[in-house]
Amino acid sequence: MPKDSGIGAASKRREDVRFLTGRGVYTDDLKIQAQAHAVMVRSAVAHGRIVSVDTSAAAAMPGVLAVFTGEDFKDVGGNPAGWLIKSRNGEPMREPKRPVLAHGKVRHVGDAYAAVVAETYQQARDAAQQLADDTVIEELPAIIDMKAAAADASNRVHDEIPDNICFDWGWIEDNRAAVDAVFAKAPHVTTLELVNNRLVPNAMEPRASIGEYFPGTGDYKLTTTSQNPHLTRLLVAAFVMGIPENKLTVVAPDVGGGFGSKIYHYGEEALVLAAAKKLGRAVRWTAERSESFLSDAHGRDHVTKIELACEKDGTFLAFRTETYANVGAYLSNFSTATPTFLHGTLMAGPYKVPHVYVNVKTIFTNTAPVDAYRGAGRPEATFSLERVIDKMCRELSLDPFEVRRKNFITTDMFPYTTPVGLAYDTGDYHATLDKVIQIADVSGFEMRRQASASKGKLRGMGLSTWIEACGIAPSHLVGVLGSRVGLYDAATVRVNATGNISVMVGAHSHGQGHETVFPQIVAERLGVPESAVEIVHGDTSKIPFGMGSYGSRSLAVCGVAMNKAIDKIVAKGRKIAAHMLEASEDDITFADGKFSVAGTDKAKTFGEIAFSAYVPHNYPLETLEPGLEETAFYDPANFTYPAGAYICEVEVDADTGKVDVVAFHCADDFGNIMNPMIVEGQVHGGVGQGIGQALLENTSYDENGQLLTGSFMDYAMPRADDVPFYNVDYSCQTPCTHNPLGVKGCGEAGAIGSPPAVVNAVIDALHRGGITHVDHINMPVSPGRVWQAING
Amino acid sequence: MTKVSMTVNGKAVSGEVEGRTLLVQFLRENLGLTGTHVGCDTSQCGACVVHVDGKAVKSCTTFALDVAGASVKTIEGMANADGSLSVIQQSFQDHHGLQCGFCTPGMVMSAAALLADNPRPTEAEVRHGLEGNICRCTGYHNIVKAVMAASGQTVAAE
Repeated sequence: MPKDSGIGAASKRREDVRFLTGRGVYTDDLKIQAQAHAVMVRSAVAHGRIVSVDTSAAAAMPGVLAVFTGEDFKDVGGNPAGWLIKSRNGEPMREPKRPVLAHGKVRHVGDAYAAVVAETYQQARDAAQQLADDTVIEELPAIIDMKAAAADASNRVHDEIPDNICFDWGWIEDNRAAVDAVFAKAPHVTTLELVNNRLVPNAMEPRASIGEYFPGTGDYKLTTTSQNPHLTRLLVAAFVMGIPENKLTVVAPDVGGGFGSKIYHYGEEALVLAAAKKLGRAVRWTAERSESFLSDAHGRDHVTKIELACEKDGTFLAFRTETYANVGAYLSNFSTATPTFLHGTLMAGPYKVPHVYVNVKTIFTNTAPVDAYRGAGRPEATFSLERVIDKMCRELSLDPFEVRRKNFITTDMFPYTTPVGLAYDTGDYHATLDKVIQIADVSGFEMRRQASASKGKLRGMGLSTWIEACGIAPSHLVGVLGSRVGLYDAATVRVNATGNISVMVGAHSHGQGHETVFPQIVAERLGVPESAVEIVHGDTSKIPFGMGSYGSRSLAVCGVAMNKAIDKIVAKGRKIAAHMLEASEDDITFADGKFSVAGTDKAKTFGEIAFSAYVPHNYPLETLEPGLEETAFYDPANFTYPAGAYICEVEVDADTGKVDVVAFHCADDFGNIMNPMIVEGQVHGGVGQGIGQALLENTSYDENGQLLTGSFMDYAMPRADDVPFYNVDYSCQTPCTHNPLGVKGCGEAGAIGSPPAVVNAVIDALHRGGITHVDHINMPVSPGRVWQAING
Repeated sequence: MTKVSMTVNGKAVSGEVEGRTLLVQFLRENLGLTGTHVGCDTSQCGACVVHVDGKAVKSCTTFALDVAGASVKTIEGMANADGSLSVIQQSFQDHHGLQCGFCTPGMVMSAAALLADNPRPTEAEVRHGLEGNICRCTGYHNIVKAVMAASGQTVAAE
C-alpha cells in the first residue's frame, strides 16, 4: 500500500497553496521603499565599436537619477568562467573579460553598454531610448557561423583572440590514435552530421534583480532570480564588485523556473548593487521577455560529426566525434563545462564500447552567451549517439532493440569505467529497455501503424536509451576536470525547543518542490509529522553554504548533506536520552520518534529530548553542549548515473510534413524515489521540453546577427496542444551505491532522453512509408523541413 | 493622469493612471495584487490572464482605462469565501498541475473560464483551450489532468 507520508509518499506540495492563491513572492513582486528603476541600454547591432556615448540629454530627462556606461565599470572585475579547460596542445583556454557593461565594443545584439536609473520605470525607459539615440556605434561585420569564425582570423569577436576559438579540446587525447586505428580497419562505419539546435531556456519568470545598500552599516542586499544565490554572492563579491562577502546578502525568493538560465551571475546584478550604493536607494530591474531572449544564456548549439565503427552484427567498436560548440560572445559561468565535461564524458552512453574519442572546438560568435540548459551537454551526447546508432541499424538492417541489448553494459560489470573517464556505479539498462517495450506495447505497434495508415498518416516508432552523470559534485573530480570551485553542499537541521524543525538547505527550489520533499525525509528519519518541518532556502544570511540547484543535484548532494545532519541530531539525541534515562548511550535505540533503552519500556519522545536540549533542568552540561542543531557538508564520492529507455510514436502527414507525437513512454531508473508525484512531474516537464527541441524550438540569428526568433511570436514554445499525455515508469530502481539515500536525480532525464526518440520515430515513419532516402532531419523537425526532406 | 474606477475581486477600487497604464500594471502596482504575472511582452504567454466581466482577458494588453466600471477577478479572488481553495485550484494541487508557480495564476484563470464556457470539455478541448497559456515546467500533462478532474472527469491516459 502506498505510504501517506515520509520517504516514498506522494505528499502534496505545500508550496502550491501560495502559488495557487497569488501569494507567491517573486522578485518583481517585492516593493521596496524609495525604490528606483533601472533600464538597460542594449546594443542593436551584433558587433560594433562604441565610438561615443553622450549621456547628457538622457541624464537631464525627467526623473532620471543616474546614468551608467561601461566606463563606470571598466576598473572592476569581470564575470568569470567557472571551469578552466585546456586545449589538446596543452594551452589554457582563452578567457576574455566579461564586463558588467560593455566597454569599447559591443559583441551581440542585446549586449548592455549602458543603464539608466530613474524614479519610475517609464521615465527610465524613455531616457534609455534617448541614450541609445545619442550613442554612436561603428558597426563591424558580424561573426555568426562557427566554422567561418574559426577559419577567418581577420574578424574577431575579441581582438585578442585571433581565431575566435576558446579552446580545442580532445577527450581523451591519449585515446585518439587507438580510436583512429579501429576506424581504419572497422568492418562498418556509419557517419552522421547533425545540428543540436540552439534553444532559449525561457523560464516563465523573466530575470529580475533588486539592489539595496544600507549606508549605516555598509551592507548590501541583492534580491535576484537565481538558482544559486551563494555562487552569485561569491561571484559578485569576490570577482566583480570587490564587496566583502560578509557585507553582501543574496536572496533568491520564489523563482519562476530556471532550467539552467538562472544558475549564472549576470551583469544586471552588479549594476543594481552599484546603482543602489551610488543613489542610497533601492534599485530594481526586471527583464522584458524580449530582453530575456537577447540576454539570457541560451542552450545547446552544437554542430557535430559523429562516426560509429562496428561489426556487421552491430557490435560497437568505437565512437569518434568532432563538435563545434558555440559559446556566444562571452563565457557564461558554466559555458566551458557544458560542451566538455558534461558532454564528452557521456559519449560512451550505456554501452560497453571500448574506444571513444571526442573533439570539441568552442567558438566565440556575436551571439548571446550559450551555457547549460536542462540536461546541459548530456542531451547533446545522447542525441548524437542515439541518432547514429539508429542510422547504423538501418544501414545494416539490424533491429534497434537488439543492437542496444547487445551493446549494453551488463549488471555484472559494475563498477564500470568507460573510455571517457567516468566510473558508473550501478544500473540495469536491460531492465529499463524491457520495461519500456512492455509499457509501450511494442508488439501492438503494427496494428496502430495500420490504423494511422487508414487515416492517411505515416506512423513511426523511435527508441532512445540514455544515461547521464548528475548529482554535480564530486569536488575532487570536478577539480581534476577544471572547475574553479568544489561542488559540495550543506544543510543545517535546527530542532527548535518545542520539537518542530527548521532545515536550512543550500539547494534552491524553483519548481522542484523541495519545501515538500525535504521534510518527507526529515519526518521519516526523526519520526515527526512532515508539517513539523520547514525548509529554508534561497537566503545567504540564513543558510550555511550551498551551491544551488542544477545538474539534478538537489537531493543527491544537498539532500544527503541534510541526511548527514540528521545522523548527527540522532547521535546527540541519544546522548541526551542516555542521561535522562540514566542508561548507557550504547543501550539507547532510536525508532519511530522515540529514544528507548533497549529491552525496557523506558523511553523519551523526540520532542522531550528537543525540549531538554534547550531548557534543561537535568542535563550533562559539563560533557554536552545544549541545543539541538547540526550542520553537515556533503561531497559525493562520484556522480550519480540515472539511465533509462524512451519510446516515442509519431504520426507524420506526408502531404504537409506535420509531425504529431501520439505516444511517449519513459522507463527510467532514478534509484530510490522520495516522492513519486514529483518525479513524474519532473519527467513530464523534461519530455515536454525535449519534444519542444525536437519539433518546435529554434533560435535563429541572421547573417547580421539579428535574432529572428526574439519573442514568443517567433520562437515556438511547446503549448498544451503540441504534446500528448506521457506514460512514465520508474519501477526499475538500482539505488545509487555511494549515497545513503540511494537517490540519483530526475530533473534532467526527460530533456536528455526524448529528442532522439522523437527524431528516430520521424525517420522510422518515413522509411515505413516508403520514403527511404531520408536518413536524418535536423531539429526542430518542423513541417517545412519534413516536407523538404520528403520532396527534396 | 486620469482617475479610473472598477470592481476588483468584489471590491470597488480606483486610482490615478496614465493613458498607457496597462491593467496588469494597475493591478500589480496600484493595488498590490501581485498574483497576476507578466511573462512576456507580446500577449503570448498568458501569465497575466484575469477575468473581466467573466471573460478571460490578457491584462498585459488591456489598458486600465478600457476596463473602467468593469468587474475584474484575479487569482487573489479565486478561493472560496472561507479561504479554502476552489475546485479548480484544489485540482491543480491534487494533480501536481504546477511546479514553479509563475504561469499558474494565468493558467488557473484560463482554466476557470474554459470550464465556465464548457463544463465537460474533452482532452482536446482542454488542450486547445489552454493554448494561450505557456508553461515551461509541467509539459502540460498534469495541468490537463487537473482541468479534466475539476470538470468531474477522469483521464484515461495515466
